Amino acid sequence: MTPLPVSIAAAVASFLLLVVVFELIRSRRLRERYALLWLLTGVVLLALSLWRDGLNTIAGWFGVETYPPAILGAVGALFILLVLLHYSTVISRLSDQNTILAQRLALLEQQLREG
Amino acid sequence: MAEQLSEYKRIAIVPALNEEETVGRVIGEIRDFDPGFDIVVVDDGSVDRTAGVAADRGAHVLRLPFNLGIGGAMQTGYRFAFEHGYDIAVQIDGDGQHDPSQLPKILEPVLSGEADLCVGSRFTGDGAYRSSFARRVGIKIFARVVSAVVRQKVTDTTSGFRAVNRRAIALFAADYPHDYPEVEATVMCVKHKLRLKEVPVAMRERGGGASSITAVRSVYYMTKVLLAIFVGMFRRYAVPVEEEHR
Repeated sequence: MTPLPVSIAAAVASFLLLVVVFELIRSRRLRERYALLWLLTGVVLLALSLWRDGLNTIAGWFGVETYPPAILGAVGALFILLVLLHYSTVISRLSDQNTILAQRLALLEQQLREG
Repeated sequence: MAEQLSEYKRIAIVPALNEEETVGRVIGEIRDFDPGFDIVVVDDGSVDRTAGVAADRGAHVLRLPFNLGIGGAMQTGYRFAFEHGYDIAVQIDGDGQHDPSQLPKILEPVLSGEADLCVGSRFTGDGAYRSSFARRVGIKIFARVVSAVVRQKVTDTTSGFRAVNRRAIALFAADYPHDYPEVEATVMCVKHKLRLKEVPVAMRERGGGASSITAVRSVYYMTKVLLAIFVGMFRRYAVPVEEEHR
């Protein structure tokens, strides 16, 4: 069984994550579309921290008998990977768009100079 | 209506993404309704002749260098309207689903000073509208949520057939929602103390192209918009000034 202090600490941490993400959206420093994955991370981690029997059961599925909270770390790491992968796609799109903007600007400047 | 309209500098904002087959007809129909309407087509990164067709028909064309999504495209149109000093703006989709002969219905409340934003609704009256079951459920949920948030009955939150006055143009030029903007824009208006009115209009089936909302994206769309509305309830809003500096 997961030690109670671990469950409490994990629940507090995931709740804090949710609060921080909410505040970032509210103050317009984070757009909703980039917040959804973070919110999902927070909700899943919070659920797994509070639902201690469930964490045990899931740990059992993966043959983790000695220390169920390891699942919390694994799920957290999985979500971090997802967020990073998502960011890689976002950066790729931004850099493509940046190229297009620079090209359009160069063409415009040429038109202004010679037009 | 025509005489009253002629007192105002007015513009139709037509967002279009790959609508070469319909955008020319839409421009023609707006002119048929009122030749005094300036028309700005915002081409949101089309790969067909949308921009060319629109320019040939004498519309102003704003060609975005890449696809910004309907929110970014509409705001481009509103910035144009704001900076060129328009008093009245209407939004009409480039796909032909909005019928410019219905314009008097959405313009009347704005011209009479009854509303700052008037939305043409498919559901409150004439005009049968068919759509899939999932889509109808989504539309119902949005209608309930938005009606509760703005404390006013709203039936068609996703309608992009709208008329606005200078105050709303100023607001939307400064701040417009991203991605799928109509629902959030409606809520935002009311939060900024602008007056909203919904009137029944008849709409047509889409003239060409494909809807920008596919089945796969609609869950993401609903989650994102509901999240935006929820978080928006905890923001503070200023009342927009008609000639604010940005």
